[in-house]
Order: sequence, then C-alpha cells, then structure tokens
Amino acid sequence: MNTPASCSLPEAPVPGAEAAAGPLARLMAFLRARRWGRKSVIGIPYVFLVLFFSLPFLVVLKISVSEADGVQFKDIFEFSDGTLLMRLHLSNYQFLATDPLYLRTYAWSVCYAAINTVICLFIGYPFAYFMTKARPSLRPILVMLVSLPFWTSYLLRIYAWKGLLDDHGVINNLLVWLQLVDEPLKMMYTPYSMMIGMVYTYLPFMILPLYGTLVKADPRLLEAAGDLGTTPWKAFWLVTVPLSKAGIIAGSMLVFIPSVGEYVIPELLGGPQTLMIARVLWDEYFQNVDWPMASAVAVTMIGLILVPLVFFNRYQSGVQGAGADDEPHAAGGAA
Amino acid sequence: MGRLAKTWLGVGYAFLYLPIFTLVIFSFNESRMPTVWTGLSLRWYSAIANDSEIVSAVLVSLKIALASASTAIVLGTLAAFSISRYRRFSGRTAFIAHINAPLVVPEVITGLSLLLFFVAVENLFGGVSLRGMLAIWIGHTTICTAYATVVIQARLSEVDRSVEEAAMDLGCRPFQVFYLIILPSISQALASAWLLTFTISLDDVVSTSFLSAPGSTTLPVLIFSRARLGLDPTVNAVATITVVLVGIGVTVASLLLVRQERRRAAAQAAAYREATLAAAAH
Repeated sequence: MNTPASCSLPEAPVPGAEAAAGPLARLMAFLRARRWGRKSVIGIPYVFLVLFFSLPFLVVLKISVSEADGVQFKDIFEFSDGTLLMRLHLSNYQFLATDPLYLRTYAWSVCYAAINTVICLFIGYPFAYFMTKARPSLRPILVMLVSLPFWTSYLLRIYAWKGLLDDHGVINNLLVWLQLVDEPLKMMYTPYSMMIGMVYTYLPFMILPLYGTLVKADPRLLEAAGDLGTTPWKAFWLVTVPLSKAGIIAGSMLVFIPSVGEYVIPELLGGPQTLMIARVLWDEYFQNVDWPMASAVAVTMIGLILVPLVFFNRYQSGVQGAGADDEPHAAGGAA
Repeated sequence: MGRLAKTWLGVGYAFLYLPIFTLVIFSFNESRMPTVWTGLSLRWYSAIANDSEIVSAVLVSLKIALASASTAIVLGTLAAFSISRYRRFSGRTAFIAHINAPLVVPEVITGLSLLLFFVAVENLFGGVSLRGMLAIWIGHTTICTAYATVVIQARLSEVDRSVEEAAMDLGCRPFQVFYLIILPSISQALASAWLLTFTISLDDVVSTSFLSAPGSTTLPVLIFSRARLGLDPTVNAVATITVVLVGIGVTVASLLLVRQERRRAAAQAAAYREATLAAAAH
C-alpha cells in the first residue's frame, strides 16, 4: 500500500547497468537512492512557507519586544563582560493590558464577531435547511448561487453597501420617496451598517457547510421519529439539529475567526466609534508608524483567534473524518 | 416547498445579490452622485479608459494575479501530494499546520509580518528595496497556496490509488506515475484552484497595502483608497466590468469542465465496453 516503498521497488539497480549508463543516469540513481524526489516534493512548499510565513512572524515577535531606536531597533541580545543579556522590552504589552481603550477594542472585536456569527446562524440555518427541501435537480443551482458572490470582488461588494446605506443612498431615497420616513435614516457609519456588511460577507461561509451536513442527513430518521409519534417541530429539534452539529460548528468557526480580524468592513462601513482590533493595528502601523506597538497588537491578536481554534481542533479530532467538509473554498472551488 | 421556505430563500438570495445589482445599475447613471438617478449614460466607462491610474493598476493587478496563481498551484500541488500520498514523514503535523495557517491568520498580520520581514532583510543586505511587485507576489502566493492545497487535496484524496499502484507494478517511475496518471485526473481541480487563487489575488487589498510601494498600486488598493474618500461612480463602472468578466469566466469555465467531464466519462465507458467485448471474445 505504501507508495514510497513500492515506488523504489522497480528501481532496484541492475548490476553493471549503472556504469554503462553514463554520469547523468548515475546522478539520477544517486538522487533516487537518497529519495530526493520525495524530499523536494515536501521540501519546496515547506521551505517557502517557513521562509515567508513563520519566519516573518518571528520577526514580528522580536520587534514587539524591541525598543525603537530611531528607524532601527535595539538588539534584544547584548554580549558584554562574558555575560549574555537579553533585554525584553515588554512595555507595549503592559500598555495593551492596561489601556482601557485597547481592552475595550479587544472586547468589542470579539463581541462583534460573536454577534455576526449568531445572526449568520439564525439566517443561514433556515436558508440551508430550505435548500435541502428543494427539488434535487434544483439544488446544485442553489448551491452555485450561494457561492457565486465569492467570485466577484469582495471589496466592491462592501463598497456597494456604502451606496445603499448612505444618508442619500438608495435605501434612504426609496424610503423618503415612499413617504415611510420624513428625513433620511442615519444608517451609514454606525455599528449597524458594519454589521450588515459583516453578515452579508460571511453568510455564505455559514450556509455552505450547514447545507453540506444537512443534505447528508438520512430522511428515514425523520420518518422514524414521525412514526414514533413525534411532531415535525419536535423531530426537527431532536433529530435534524443534532445531526447537523458538525456543520453548525464548522460554519460558526468560518464566520467567527475571520470576523475577529476583519479590517475592510469596519473601515468602509463602520463609524469612527466602531473599533475593531485590526483597524487599531493598521492605524498603529500606517498613522502612528509605531512598529513595535503594531507588532504587539498582532501578537495578541493571534492569541485572540487561537482560543476558538484550539477548541475547534479538539472537537474535530473527536469527530473522525469531519475534517474534509470544513472548508468553504472547496465548495467554492468546485462551483 | 412551503411558502415560508420560498420566502426565506427568496429574501436571502435578494440580500446576496442586491448590492451587486445596484452597483451595475448605477454605473450607467449620468449623475456624479452615484445614488441619484438622473439618466442613462456611459460617461463613467469613458472616464475609466482615460484614467491612467486605473489602467496601470489593472495591469499591475493582472500581472501579480497571474504570477501568484501559477506559483500557488505548483506549490499547492506539491503540498497536497505530500499530505495525501506521504502518510508518514517527520514534521507532517507541522507541515499541515503551515499549509493551513494562512487561512486562519488575519490578513493584517500576514501583511504586517511579511513587510517587517522584508524590511529586516533589506537592512541586512543594505538598502535594496524588496517592497513592491516582488513582495506582493510572495505575499499573495503564501495565501493562495493554502487555498490551492485545499482544493487540490480534496480531489487527490478521491483519485483511485489502485491505478497508480498498477502503473508502478508495470514499471512506471514515480515521476511518470505523477505525469501520466495523477496529473490528468486532477487537471480539473488544478483549473479550479488556479481560477480561485487568481480571483483571490486579484481581490486582495489588506496585505497588498502593506507590501506595495509607489508604482505597484494594484486595482483593489486604488479602489479602496477611493472608496474610503466617499462614493465614486468610476468605481461602479470598474465593478460592472469585473462582474461581467467574472460572469463570462465562470460560465465558460464551468461549461468547459462539464464538457471535459462528459468526454472523459464517454471515453471511460468506451474503454470498459471494449474490455468486456475482448473478454467475451476470449
């Protein structure tokens, strides 16, 4: 069964053939014997990601505990008189942990992400459930229609909400024209406009995994529940919802984790008061040009998303085989 | 379907498509205020054609997206192959974590860390500026590789292993097995992975903003800076053009994939038929 073992089988060197085949063939044989093919298949993407993903994060970690010295940073290691000194400058973290504005921003980021997850679940669960009730021939089209917005620019779709929710936007113009309101409603640049944008962006991430688990649920279980005298409503709560637990958890993670670190939506649709942590990081870097502070914010942000991720991983390793269904982009890519 | 179901789905789909429709409709508006309809006009489309900033941003975006998507599917194929075919190697868990991490780490962090890394490298080698197209390409490739791996791995795990084993029993080298057996059977996944990563790169604004330098402004970065200032009808026109292009692209791609799938199924059926006929003749 094992590929590498059976791969090397037909390559057993024939005595004498090596010498006759020339230097190129000898080189190939040498590489094969050392399993260089396999090593480079694993190694190339690995080195790329270590070099351009993990190493940069270590740089951030280092800068977050460094002291700015003009445009350079003081070295955190110092060697003098036979002693190695490591100077960790923790004032950024100290500031983050005590400043009420930062603490409030962290709390609100988590809060907005949680509200977004709950609203997406509330809208998305019935949506996915009703999709499974459609004719089987219609279902692939319904799925495609949910994933199609993925293909159009996310930035432009957020921008579109600006035109809809503006004080003189499409919705307000319509409301005034219909004489439902006397003067335009203040929707733009409030937490509400930001939430609309968040729900709009992340709803498909909730619907697709939910649909994936709901469509696999065996309808005979519901019939059995009905035969045993359960009302459809009760059967829904006792049979359908527990069966879709994996989808609920996967969908919630896919909405919650990116929402915590969302930057574009609060920036374009939120007001100056709607604080999200990614926005703070951006401003620390681009406006205050405080690199150590921006780095410290980045490190604490990782902590913020690590907590739900650990829970999710623990749940997933408990449920064997559920791992293949948790990526919405597999569905998006298949469309 | 009941009435509730139809209403819920109807309102849901309207919610998903309403912004896109208004963008398209108001791109044909004459007024400078993009939300007040004053009359039909194509002036914003001609404004784009004369806007050198937009034209050069489109070119930069396309170049970067082409490079990132192509690099990402090569790296993604290697990564997906490692995960699904090499069951045991040291550091496999860490490898998988590395592949998946860019999917969950917020983009402000990916952008910031890569930028600070490049700055550190610049300081180390004295003054060579790495920021700009090269940095954006690398940044997009890390993110795109993660997505490409997910798509390709999903397909690789479905491919029938017994064909590979048969090929190896018949003396195929591992590279030949990959080239002759695996590559043709994952070609569809490669195509969708390429399209997906191409659109991700074409759409990326956050990490690009960190990594860009003067002269390497991509279209999303430009749109973002204009959208921050307020409503801009040229953005609507750009949006309409992308929606139309994406629409055509997705339709053509799915039609091609369906046709290829049908052809493959027909070829397979013919091969089976021949095999059974040959078996019957014996």
